[in-house]
Amino acid sequence: MGLSGYLVVSTLLFGIGAFGFLARRNSILMLICIELMLNAVNLSLVAFNAYAGPGEVTGAIFALMIMAVAAAEATVGLGLVIAIIRTRQTAEVDEYSELKE
Amino acid sequence: MSTELLIALIPALPIAGFLFAVLLGPRLDRVPTHHDGHDTHDSDDAHGTDEAHAAHAAHDDVDDSAFRGIPTEEEQAATSPHAGHHDDLANAAGADGVIPAELNDGIGQTGHVTPGGPQPVYRSWFVPVLLVAASWVASMIVFANVVFGGETYHVTLYEWIGSGDFHVEIAFLVDGLTAMLLLVVSSVGLLVHVYSIGYMNGDRGFWRFFAYLNLFMFSMLLLILGDNFLMLYVGWEAVGLCSYLLIGFWYKKPSAAGAAKKAFVVNRIGDFGFGLGIMAIWTALGTLQFEEVFETIGTLDPTLITVIALLLFAGAVGKSAQFPLHVWLPDAMEGPTPVSALIHAATMVNAGVYMVARANPIFAESPVAMWVVASIGVFTAIFAAAIALTQNDIKKVLAYSTVSQLAYMFFALGIGAWVAAIFHLVAHGFFKGLLFMASGSVIHGAGGEQDMRFMGGLRDRMRWTYWTMVIGSLALAGIPIFAGFFSKDEILAEAFNRGYYLFYVIGVVVAFMTAFYTFRMIFMTFWGEWRGPAEAWHHVHESARTMVAPLVILAVPTVLVGLFLGIPPEGGLIHTWLEEVFHHAEELHAGVLPGSILDEALAHGEHHGFELFGIGGLLLLVGATAGALGIWLAYRWYVLNPDAPRRFVERIPLGLGPGMYAASVNKYYVDDVYQLVFARGGVYLSNLLWWFDAKVIDGAVNGAGWLASRSGGILRHTQTGRVQNYGLGIATGMVLVLVAYLVIR
Repeated sequence: MGLSGYLVVSTLLFGIGAFGFLARRNSILMLICIELMLNAVNLSLVAFNAYAGPGEVTGAIFALMIMAVAAAEATVGLGLVIAIIRTRQTAEVDEYSELKE
Repeated sequence: MSTELLIALIPALPIAGFLFAVLLGPRLDRVPTHHDGHDTHDSDDAHGTDEAHAAHAAHDDVDDSAFRGIPTEEEQAATSPHAGHHDDLANAAGADGVIPAELNDGIGQTGHVTPGGPQPVYRSWFVPVLLVAASWVASMIVFANVVFGGETYHVTLYEWIGSGDFHVEIAFLVDGLTAMLLLVVSSVGLLVHVYSIGYMNGDRGFWRFFAYLNLFMFSMLLLILGDNFLMLYVGWEAVGLCSYLLIGFWYKKPSAAGAAKKAFVVNRIGDFGFGLGIMAIWTALGTLQFEEVFETIGTLDPTLITVIALLLFAGAVGKSAQFPLHVWLPDAMEGPTPVSALIHAATMVNAGVYMVARANPIFAESPVAMWVVASIGVFTAIFAAAIALTQNDIKKVLAYSTVSQLAYMFFALGIGAWVAAIFHLVAHGFFKGLLFMASGSVIHGAGGEQDMRFMGGLRDRMRWTYWTMVIGSLALAGIPIFAGFFSKDEILAEAFNRGYYLFYVIGVVVAFMTAFYTFRMIFMTFWGEWRGPAEAWHHVHESARTMVAPLVILAVPTVLVGLFLGIPPEGGLIHTWLEEVFHHAEELHAGVLPGSILDEALAHGEHHGFELFGIGGLLLLVGATAGALGIWLAYRWYVLNPDAPRRFVERIPLGLGPGMYAASVNKYYVDDVYQLVFARGGVYLSNLLWWFDAKVIDGAVNGAGWLASRSGGILRHTQTGRVQNYGLGIATGMVLVLVAYLVIR
C-alpha cells in the first residue's frame, strides 16, 4: 500500500465531510464535517510529505498549522453554535435565516 | 544720522503712524453721537444727553430741508442694510457736506459742525500727521543728497526670502528716479494729511481715515524705494488695498462700496499680468534685483523680452488706469476728495509710469512693447479727454483728466522720452493734487454739491480756492511758465523730434481739449451766477485754514517746478538728475524712428539741443497756442455765450451731434459694454458652469451610488438564508477553480 492508499482514504474522508456539510441540517454535525474535511487534507499532506519528499518537513509543518487553525476554528465555531442553540432552542441551521434576502 | 538710516525711516514712520491710529485712534476721538437722527425732531426728550439736545435745538434754527432732504427710514434702509444705525462709523452728525447727502441724517450741516452744538474732539490725527511730516523731512534730505550730491544709495536691511536659488532682500534703492517720486509722494502726502484734518471734520471715521492714509504712505514709499521687483509688487498690491479701503471709506454708501470693489477687481486683472511678468523674469534670469535684471536682460531671446515687457505693462495699464482698464478710476471718485487727490491723482496712479520707467532697460530692448505703450498712451489720452469734455461732475472731469494725463506719460515712455515722462509725472502730481484738493474745497464750500451745473459764481465767496485752482488749471492747460507747460511741451517736442508726427498732432489736439475742459470746469464753477438752490447759497463759504493752506503751498511748486526743472526745454535740470537712470535706454536710442530729426542728429554724432528760434521754439509756440485756444473757446462757450455749446452740437454735420454728445457723456459706453460682456457674460458663464456641475459632476456622483444600489439589489437574491446553498456555492466555486486550473495547464 503506497501513496495512493492514503490518497484514497483522504479523498473518501473529504467526500464524506463535504457531503455531510451540504446534506445535514444540524449545526454541530456540520462543524464535525468541516473537521473531517480539514483532517482529510491533513492526511494527504503528511502522506505527500512522507512519499514525495522524504527528509523534508514542509508537509508536516503545514499539517501542524492546519491542526492549530482547526482547533481555533472549532473552539470559536462551537462556541457560536452553542450560543445560538441556547437562544434558539434548536440546532437546525434552516431556522437561522433572519438575515436572508 | 546716516542717510541709510534715514532711507529706512522714510517708510517706517508712516507704518508707525498707522499702528498708532489703529490702536489708539478710537480712544482719542470724541464725536458727538447723534441718537436716532433719522427720526423727527419732536422726540428730543428721548435723547440721552444734554449735548445732543443742544445739537437739535441749534439745528432747528436753520431750516436746510430744501438744501438736503432728510431721508426717511425706508429710504435709508433701502440704500444699505446698515443704514440708520447710530453706532455706524460712516455717518456722523454734523458733517458739513462731507458725508454724502443720501447718507447724512440731515442734521447739523450748516457749519463745519453744528454751530453752538457739541463739537467733535479729534486727537487721533496728531501723531500720524507728525510722523508723515518726519518722513517728509527725511525724504527731502535724501532727495537733496541724491539730486544735488549725485549719489545713489543701496540700503540692504536683511534677507527676506532665501529658499534654494530664490533670494529676495528687503533693500532700498534710491537713485534720481526714486528721488523724483519721493519728492511728489512725500510732499503731496503730507499736504493731503493736513488737508484731511479740515476735510474730514465731523466724520466719525476720522481715526480710520488717518490709519488708512498712513498705511497708504507706507505702501507707496515701499513701492518706490524697493530694490527688487518683489518689493515693488508688495508695495503695488498694498497701495491697491489702501485704494480699496479708502474708495470704500463711506462703506454704507452702496455706490462707494461698489466703486471700491470695481477698483480692486479691475486692478486685479492688470496685477495678474504683472505677477506673471515678475515670475517670467525670475524663471528667465534667476533674480529679481533691479540692477542684476537690467544688466542681463539683453541676453534673453527678444520674444521673451517682449512678453515680459508686455506683462509688466499690463500691470501698469491697470494701476495707472489706461484703456481698456481705465474704468475704475472715475468711479473711484466716490471716495473722500483727499483720497482722490492723494491716491487717484498724485501718487498711486503714477505707480504704473514709475514701473515702466524703472524697467526702461527691459522696454528699451523691445520695440514692439514700446509701440504698444505709446499707442495705448496716445489712444487713452484722446479718449479720456473726449469724455472729460462733457462730464458735469467736477471730480469726474478731473478723473478723466488724470487718465488722459497719465496716458500722456505712457505716450512719452513709449517713444523713449523717459525724462519727459517723469517730468510730467512730477508736475502733474503737484498740479493735479492741487486741483483735486481745490475741487474738494469747492464741494465742501458748496455744501456737498458735485454737479457743476448747480454751481457758479463761487469766486466771490472762495477767493483762495479760486486763485489756487486757476493756477492749477493753467498748469494743466499748459500755459507758459506753469509746470504743465514745460512738461507737456517736452513730451510733444520729443514726439516731433523722434518722428512720431501723427502722435504729435494727436498730442496737440489733446492739449487743446485739456485746456478746454479744464477752463470749462473753472467757468462753470466759479464764474457766472449761482445755479444751485437759493438756500444753499447762504451756506457757501471758504474752507477751513487746514484746507486752504495746502492749496496755497501746492500752488508754489505748480508755478515753480517747470521753471526750475524745465529750462532750457529738452535739457533742463531734471535731465541731469535722471541721466544715469535712463543712460542705458538712451544709448540704445530706443523709440527713435529712422529718418527723424533726432535720428539724423545722432547719426552725425551731434547733440540735439533746444533752439528757441528754431523748431524747438516753434513747437513751444504751437503747444501754448493750443492751450490758449482751448481756454478762449471755453470762455466763449461758458461765459460769453452759454447757448453756444448746444448750437455747436446741432451744427455738427449729418445730425451726428447729439449722438456724439450722448456717447461722450456716457463715457463711450465702455462701462456698459463691460457690464454686458463681463458682468452679464459672467453670469451666463456661471450658470453654464453651474449646469455642468449639477448635471455632469453631480450626475457622475449620483450615478455611482445608483449603480451600487442596483447591483446590490440584484445580488441580494443569492442571500437565501440556507447555509447549504452557501456551502454549495463554495464547493462549486472550488470545483470551477480546479477545472479551470487543469484546463489552462
